[in-house]
Amino acid sequence: MILASLVFPPIDEILRWKPFFGEGTSYAFNKIGLIALMATVATLALFIAAGKKRALVPTGVQNIAEASVDFIRDGIIAQTMGSRKEDVAWTNYLTALFFFIVFTNVTGIIPFIQMPATARMGIPAMLAICSWVLFIAVGVKKNGLGYFKQAVVPPGVPKALLPLVVLIEIVSTFLVRPFSLAVRLFANMLAGHLLLVTFSVMGHALFLAETKQAFFIPLSILPLILFIAITVFEVLVVFLQAYIFTILTAVYLGGAMHPEH
Amino acid sequence: MSILATAAEAVEPLTSPEFKNAMAAVGAGFAYGLAAIGPGVGIGIVVGNAVQAMARQPESAGLVRTTMFLGIAFTEALALIGFVVFILLKFA
Repeated sequence: MILASLVFPPIDEILRWKPFFGEGTSYAFNKIGLIALMATVATLALFIAAGKKRALVPTGVQNIAEASVDFIRDGIIAQTMGSRKEDVAWTNYLTALFFFIVFTNVTGIIPFIQMPATARMGIPAMLAICSWVLFIAVGVKKNGLGYFKQAVVPPGVPKALLPLVVLIEIVSTFLVRPFSLAVRLFANMLAGHLLLVTFSVMGHALFLAETKQAFFIPLSILPLILFIAITVFEVLVVFLQAYIFTILTAVYLGGAMHPEH
Repeated sequence: MSILATAAEAVEPLTSPEFKNAMAAVGAGFAYGLAAIGPGVGIGIVVGNAVQAMARQPESAGLVRTTMFLGIAFTEALALIGFVVFILLKFA
């Protein structure tokens, strides 16, 4: 795409990374894989380091870990699922999920990495499938096969409307939920990444303008300012998307466990 | 025969790959632009009412905020599907 000497790179160059090794095999390992691995290690390291000392008055890493666990338990689980023992037991999974998403998202704004691993469909799709399998499994375990009936037949619907309502409920509960979970995370991070790429490419093109267009060079400060502003905005998006993914997983799990609500 | 040949000649630019690419670009622009209208209004309504609720009952701000984010997430999904359609039309 050429726009007044501005060449926007094709999307493959922004998103598709050459494998470090194993190209062409199913063991290919590229930057996205490395980021996902680092995020797993970072999540593990954070909680191992925090759990080592177990001081009564938390400091440093332990403080961060305890505050975040409190936030997941009181801010997410208590608000959406409840405070029963079986609800609070989900703190482990949801905290790990939250931190994994934060760490895979945040690489989009760390200088020199600047690629959110969640801007490729693989990781969000896998996480959404995990949530999908979990809420169905929890519902079946808690309510038996009657869970499916409870999930698709809302109480108090007239008989004539039942086939339509059941169809809509099946689609919205078992098909749209995992799809929208995955697409929400993926599209948000991809949109942020494309915005950052657009403004950095624009700034680069203006700064390296030809001599007869030298009056463009001072203008390159404008895309730079926007680039920084969007980076700050992305900090918000990173945490907000992790929060939304976690809270929606909690809502779905809560709905499967306590269908009476 | 000559009429058919003329017709084929007249239609030819419409089947060229450049024309298809241009139309895909126009369609992509429309897809995202139209998909952003509804969710834009919707998120405005959600947040506006949430702010009103928080102003009226500051003690329930926590619950309102959680519910507001849920509402935003569901509303925003439509805009994001439009964005994905844009990406598919433009780049795929």
